[in-house]
Amino acid sequence: MSVAVAVPERVVRRRVDAERGLRGALLGLFALFLWVFLAWPMAQIVWRSLHDNRGAFIGLGNYVRYVSTPAIGVSITNSLGVASVAMAVTVALAFVYAYALTRARIAGRGLFRLVAMLPIFAPSLVSAIAFVYAFGNNGIVTRQTGFNVGIYGAKGIVLAEVFYCFPHAMLILMAALAAADARLYDAAAALGASRVKTFMTVTLPGVKYGLMSACFVVFTLVITDFGVPKVVGGKFSVMATEIYNQVIGQQNFTMGATVSVVLLIPAALACVIDRIVQRRQYALVSSSARPLAPGQGRLTNALLFGYCALVAAAILGIYAVIVGASLVTRWPYNFAPTLKHYRFDTIGGYTPLLNSVGVAALTAVVGTVITFAGAYLVEKSRTAAAGVLYMLALLPVAVPGMVLGLAYIFVFNAAGSVLNRLYGTLAILVISNLIHYFTVPFLTATTSLKQMDAEFENVSASLGVPFYRTFWRVTVPIALPSIVGISMYFFLNAMVTLSAVVFLVAPGTELAAVAVLLLDDAGESAQATAMSVLIIGIGLLARLVYWALLRGVTRRTQAWTTATQEPTSTA
Amino acid sequence: MVRWALTLLVLLLAAAAPAGAKDTVVIYTALEPEQITDYMKAVNKTLPNLDVKMLRLSTGDISARFMAEKDNPQADVIWGVGATNVMVFKNAGLLEPYAPKGLARVQPLFRDKDATPSWVGIDIYMSAFCFNTDVAKKKNLPKPESWADLTKPVYKGEIVMPNPASSGTGYLSVASILQRMKEPEGWKYLDALDKNMAEYTKSGSKPCKDTASGERAIGISFEYVAMKMKKDGAPVEMILPKEGSGYEMEANALTKKGKSNAAAKEFLDWAITDEAMSLYSKYFAAVSVAGFPVPEGLPKDISKVVYPNDFDWSAKNRDRILAEWAKRYQK
Amino acid sequence: MADPRPPAVALEGVAKRFGGVIALRDVSLTVAEGEFVCFLGPSGCGKTTLLRIVAGLEPQNAGLVRMAGRDVSRLPPSQRNYGIVFQSYALFPNLTVARNVAYGLETRRLGRAGVEARVDALLDLVHLRPHKQRYPAQLSGGEQQRVALARALAPSPSLLLLDEPLSALDARVRLALRHEMKALQRRLGITTIMVTHDQEEALTMADRIVVMNHGVVEQIGTPADIYTEPSSLFVARFVGHMNLLPATAVQPGRARVGALTLRHRPAPGVGPGMAVTLGIRPEEVRVGAAARDLDNRLTARVTSVQFQGAFTRLGLRGLGDGGVALECDVAATALADLGVKEGAEVPVALAPDALRAFVEPPGTHA
Repeated sequence: MSVAVAVPERVVRRRVDAERGLRGALLGLFALFLWVFLAWPMAQIVWRSLHDNRGAFIGLGNYVRYVSTPAIGVSITNSLGVASVAMAVTVALAFVYAYALTRARIAGRGLFRLVAMLPIFAPSLVSAIAFVYAFGNNGIVTRQTGFNVGIYGAKGIVLAEVFYCFPHAMLILMAALAAADARLYDAAAALGASRVKTFMTVTLPGVKYGLMSACFVVFTLVITDFGVPKVVGGKFSVMATEIYNQVIGQQNFTMGATVSVVLLIPAALACVIDRIVQRRQYALVSSSARPLAPGQGRLTNALLFGYCALVAAAILGIYAVIVGASLVTRWPYNFAPTLKHYRFDTIGGYTPLLNSVGVAALTAVVGTVITFAGAYLVEKSRTAAAGVLYMLALLPVAVPGMVLGLAYIFVFNAAGSVLNRLYGTLAILVISNLIHYFTVPFLTATTSLKQMDAEFENVSASLGVPFYRTFWRVTVPIALPSIVGISMYFFLNAMVTLSAVVFLVAPGTELAAVAVLLLDDAGESAQATAMSVLIIGIGLLARLVYWALLRGVTRRTQAWTTATQEPTSTA
Repeated sequence: MVRWALTLLVLLLAAAAPAGAKDTVVIYTALEPEQITDYMKAVNKTLPNLDVKMLRLSTGDISARFMAEKDNPQADVIWGVGATNVMVFKNAGLLEPYAPKGLARVQPLFRDKDATPSWVGIDIYMSAFCFNTDVAKKKNLPKPESWADLTKPVYKGEIVMPNPASSGTGYLSVASILQRMKEPEGWKYLDALDKNMAEYTKSGSKPCKDTASGERAIGISFEYVAMKMKKDGAPVEMILPKEGSGYEMEANALTKKGKSNAAAKEFLDWAITDEAMSLYSKYFAAVSVAGFPVPEGLPKDISKVVYPNDFDWSAKNRDRILAEWAKRYQK
Repeated sequence: MADPRPPAVALEGVAKRFGGVIALRDVSLTVAEGEFVCFLGPSGCGKTTLLRIVAGLEPQNAGLVRMAGRDVSRLPPSQRNYGIVFQSYALFPNLTVARNVAYGLETRRLGRAGVEARVDALLDLVHLRPHKQRYPAQLSGGEQQRVALARALAPSPSLLLLDEPLSALDARVRLALRHEMKALQRRLGITTIMVTHDQEEALTMADRIVVMNHGVVEQIGTPADIYTEPSSLFVARFVGHMNLLPATAVQPGRARVGALTLRHRPAPGVGPGMAVTLGIRPEEVRVGAAARDLDNRLTARVTSVQFQGAFTRLGLRGLGDGGVALECDVAATALADLGVKEGAEVPVALAPDALRAFVEPPGTHA
């Protein structure tokens, strides 16, 4: 061995050519984007929570006041309680449903899955409105049965949240249950284990991470949602409505910021744990696993079918109530059919709906470009700065929408800032949606980029082809299915989201989901349901378009993706 | 460099937003949505050059928003917002005095006392109960005739009223009770009322609308919505409480923005014309220019049914009352 | 140096670290115009890192990279004029074979017809013209490898870099491709650097081999040099098979192994009393009649007979206490004459001119 020579820490810097410069500039732009629209606003929230309404620094004074004002402080325990109960109920119900769809041989599985997905297409408060129509003091079920559930308060919140969160939990649990290893079941059978024992020792441990993940997702959804408690909360106050009341009702921004920071804690915690858990989930399934064929005893199958039919009927029933209420003159006194609730004359007609579609479409296009290009730039430049950007890109998933919206008021409505120009525009709505829903598409894009050969860029560099050409000709076409998926995710969420944009809509930029809220606030529930029906319709339509697009993409890419199955000659 | 890039980014993004047209006027209002639809038809016909952008929220919400935006005001015009709130705006120095054309026709009670008024009132509305007879029959509830009746145990959980922090209707009711009964007796009454309260709603019309749909038995709202629900065929009755209703004036004002806005003034001029007044008079117990008819079903002279309101007291004590109210009843 | 032209590639004092780990230390070497050089070493020895530094895909921490006399140390990959084939081939799955090969040509002003002609020529070169319109996934591994090669050669680079190009293929295909690639390189006369951990591949294909270990160059030489004259115990063990006997130097040219004193090749730097390792390749060990009259003779028992096709490997153990263990390769033809079987005692000779002495005791590079 030769004599040890000291190797310097610094690398020999590459000369900056146009391409490298461009790459750096794009990365810088991406960093600027995340800084201006994410990091800086979030810093502002924390900063403001340490000041009083006149701008004087008061340290933790707001927090002390928050927890020591029993009327406000109770919202913390209320939120945690409701979120925990809704989480337990949702995950339990969804588990059986997902189990039936993945492990039992029952008829109409595709249909059951589709029906269970329906709540995803509507803003959360729509489910609450529907529950009022069905189970309210004068709801149709209450009138028919004479039994009053007592929907206003914690009970109603839990009910409506379970309905709203059901598909989210179901999707996660279905994925977990589908990834079972049949060999474990064979082993259990060979050892003579009873069905119950097999379930306890094989099935449950196999999906434990899926269960945990579902729990965290539901918990986060519930604790950050304010649409449902807004409608059926009655006098029961939770943190999300507290922020809304402090900000919209009293314009007490510092208290809003304080509650926001407190709300960030459980939401962020749930997200961090969920990420750790998900990583484990993937590691759990080995590549040699053999997929499990669905099948149960006849009685079990029948029971599971009955259960699914019941749940699906309940979901459809709720949707029927929404559609029905929007089409009758005065629920529940006058069932004469009418389309008058669809005139939306009190909110200026269809402008909010058109705005929503426009904002959702823009969010889909711009969001897809920024997340995918951003993920590409971060993934391909292995620098410390890119690592920071990656961490930053993971942050939004832990930020409740209302917190983001409030942060935007701080940043974009400050006197003398260049960012003022954005306040009150459709652009700020697009941006807030984009940041609010940034993480999942960013991770999807990163995953699909990681699946590609890391040497593509090196090959093209050696061939003298600039990276952007390869990005366009190779990376994008290969990732097209993910890209289509990302845009759909953005579109659907932008259509139904309420929490971030509720603080940001302005004269001329009203949105459909916010209109549902305001209509319900003003007691115009029939118009609120009519608007909901249209939102759901557009969501379903978009889903259909997405499905068709994906089919088209698949057909186009079939030539080079499924070709491996063809017999090939050897060299 | 960063600043430059930031500006560029913002401009790029702002390009997506529609550029401000010349005759744009941004209006903040707390008028009822269905009325606005009616008024806007006339505005669009009479003032076709205006591009009206409107934000409609409940009185408390629109006021809070207006106050919050004081460093970067978005609104050009305040239209039909509770006078109590508009007085607060004036004291905060957010309003530009302006005497709209035809000001002389406005009754003296309805305007700011300054020579060039900072605000001009347009209407008066008052609190009223909605009572669902269908629910009452089912639950065997007697018809309440007075504020005092509402605290009877039989109504426990059956009453809704608007949150005074967000709703003008809510505040006028609370302010009227406190003026009539004086503190602390007024608060004792409100404590008793709170025991029967099912919910405090954000908007002033929602209690009546929830009553109309049978979700609640009694809603404390205002007179117009009560009549409207009845006319629409809901099984409700309007009740004007024996002790006298609370009432509130709604007013217009010009935002101080440092630059003159002809379109805003044009709108304010229109907002007190006979055309506007005749439209308002379809919905309100009284309007600020004399000689317009009163809607059917309402007393010809409202002074017989209301408890007199000290607007100055209401405005001056607003923050204190709301803080006390929140401390007692916001849970 | 007789050749007045500067070397195609020259590395001077190249060093690289990844955080706290030193991957390369003071690497200097040259590659002549038209030469086929292999970087050979076990995984983690730094050979791929070195190739990526040459390619400009990895920045070095110190040292210079010259190509044809030009300092390219700070140039981006696109300005270094080379073609590269990766272990994974990195073929663009969404482009046909023809478009893959044309990829580096499209940005050069060749015109459609020009590109087409060049693609055809290259596909002819690798015998893939019939597969022109196929997608990579429709080709076998060997075919994909040839497409990658054609793509790398398409812009006529002055240097070809191959990063373990054959390791993903099965044994038979690998053997065939070795010859084909070598022949192609000869025909085109293109300077080539190939990274491999397969010593057989290096021995059969390279003009010169750079044996690397732990980030340093152990030896540079022709395959024959490397095989016959390994400069270190590491090279001796890594390239080919070698019997290694722990020994103690007695006097110049003599060392003691157990009870035996053996004569060996002169080894500079070996002094009496030093621990040394003696090495001899299995095919250099003589057995039976061939050993009879030779120096360094001993008697051993045959402990195993392994048939290996062209030759048979005998396991031997010297008689007596602590007798040395040896392996010996006997050609198939000679085996019959020898007539040995397990348990037989045979004379064995370790020819002094085949017996090398290394100063490091065995186990240094275990």
